[in-house]
Amino acid sequence: MAKNHPDRGQRGLPGGAPRYSAFALAKKAMNYHQDWQRAWRDPEPKAEYDAVIIGGGGHGLATAYYLAAVHGLTNIAVIEKGWIGGGNTGRNTTIIRSNYLWDESAAIYEHSMKLWEGMSQDLNFNVMFSQRGVLTIAHSEHELREMSRRVHAIRLNGIDSEILGPAEIKKFVPTINIDQSIRYPVMGGFLQRRGGTARHDAVAWGYARAADDLGVDIIQKCEVTGLRRQGRKIIGVETSRGFIKTKKVGCVVAGHSSVVAAMAGIRLPIASRPLQALVSEPIKPILDTVIMSNAVHMYISQSDKGEMVLGAGVDKYNSYAQRGSFPVPEHMLAAAVELFPVLSRLRMLRHWGGIVDTCPDASPIISKTDIEGLYFDCGWGTGGFKATPGSGHVFADLIANDRPNKIAAPYSLDRFRSGLLIDEHGAAGVAH
Amino acid sequence: MLIITCPFCGPRDEVEFACGGEAHIARPLADNEISDADFADYLFMRDNPKGLFLERWRHSAGCRRWFNVARDTVSNEIVEIYPMGSLPLKATAKTTYKTSWRRDTAAEKAATPSRSKAGGSK
Repeated sequence: MAKNHPDRGQRGLPGGAPRYSAFALAKKAMNYHQDWQRAWRDPEPKAEYDAVIIGGGGHGLATAYYLAAVHGLTNIAVIEKGWIGGGNTGRNTTIIRSNYLWDESAAIYEHSMKLWEGMSQDLNFNVMFSQRGVLTIAHSEHELREMSRRVHAIRLNGIDSEILGPAEIKKFVPTINIDQSIRYPVMGGFLQRRGGTARHDAVAWGYARAADDLGVDIIQKCEVTGLRRQGRKIIGVETSRGFIKTKKVGCVVAGHSSVVAAMAGIRLPIASRPLQALVSEPIKPILDTVIMSNAVHMYISQSDKGEMVLGAGVDKYNSYAQRGSFPVPEHMLAAAVELFPVLSRLRMLRHWGGIVDTCPDASPIISKTDIEGLYFDCGWGTGGFKATPGSGHVFADLIANDRPNKIAAPYSLDRFRSGLLIDEHGAAGVAH
Repeated sequence: MLIITCPFCGPRDEVEFACGGEAHIARPLADNEISDADFADYLFMRDNPKGLFLERWRHSAGCRRWFNVARDTVSNEIVEIYPMGSLPLKATAKTTYKTSWRRDTAAEKAATPSRSKAGGSK
């Protein structure tokens, strides 16, 4: 699998949008940056498209981009009820890693990692991908043993992963407290050095700009109100801006997957839950990696602006409210302050929730449905951001060829009938 | 934070409770022969409405007893709290119960003892 290089497709059309470069930046500076072109158009929806992607988040825009760049499908549209990247794409804690337990997961998350590694070049857009490492901490003997099993499984799949002891962790992250007397002591951890973070908004903008450049229509403020069918075939989507005819519809709507599925009478095993995160006031650099704890459901990193970015666990009940319950971040912050005493007097600036589509086996659904021309890419739950390019890449392949490729095949909806689940509760945990 | 009125203990903070997910999922009886797809409806497929939702809660840090809650998943408003084994009385919650796709599934039908026994005796 380590040798599997994804087909990145062709970037840009002749006469497309001007490239971003240091030279362009200097040139525009002469005019006080007054005359930058629009990054993407704001088109009216056409009457008909070859395919329509519902949902203008990272996954939806990536799907559209790869449909155009790899499969040559350019008469397509992305329709978004709000603004692009305004949902979970703009709400997550931007962590990227590919250290999952099972082969099926290793295949898709590593596929994604390889696309991350070339994304800024592919899109001519700096997504600020930073491979600063992701360190997951174990707080008990049992967790450490389980972790070592996982590290071996990951390495067998050709993915980098290594176990660190408390002293090595202290050397790697000097601000961490390795005192064994705290509630969640550091017993050890495992590190993926190729893991890291990226600028989430830039991912949406980069894909949008590149897809638009290839002719994809990105239609914002356009809500899907229904799916029109003829027998068991899709013939179009009803939207708040009129009916759009199409034979292929890809739904990439995360927390609202069940709502869109219900429009077509399809049942999904998904529960929509709030996942919360918060950022602090900016401070000087104190943390140059990502720290995660599955036991506490805490993950922390420092943004380039200096804000501490903290993510909490998922709420315990279904909700579409985009705000969570206070006890969830409170629990996470209590452990974070013990692990990083330096945070104790830090003020939090913003706190929000996103609605994530959790699946019973903590693995996604990338699948055809029993309605011809209707495809779903959902169930990424608490950890979809890291998969953005890989998910878009294989989903585009599924839509273009009407059959899943080798990476997508295990993620069919059929697995809930056959019982071939991909149980990633351990690797995925809640912490993403 | 939700304040949930436990039918046995009165109003308490959400942290004292555990949420058990969708209510009114009847287990198909062991002696039936429903298909894998129908069994998946019972085991994995879930109602996940944006709006009124019927769910089970347990007062796990209190009396530890189960009860049903009809709650709006957008506003978090609790419309009705009613005992296990019974159906909601409020009109909106009744409609939610009746219009759920689950009422039409083979799994749900296979969970009704009278029907399965009647079928067996014929």
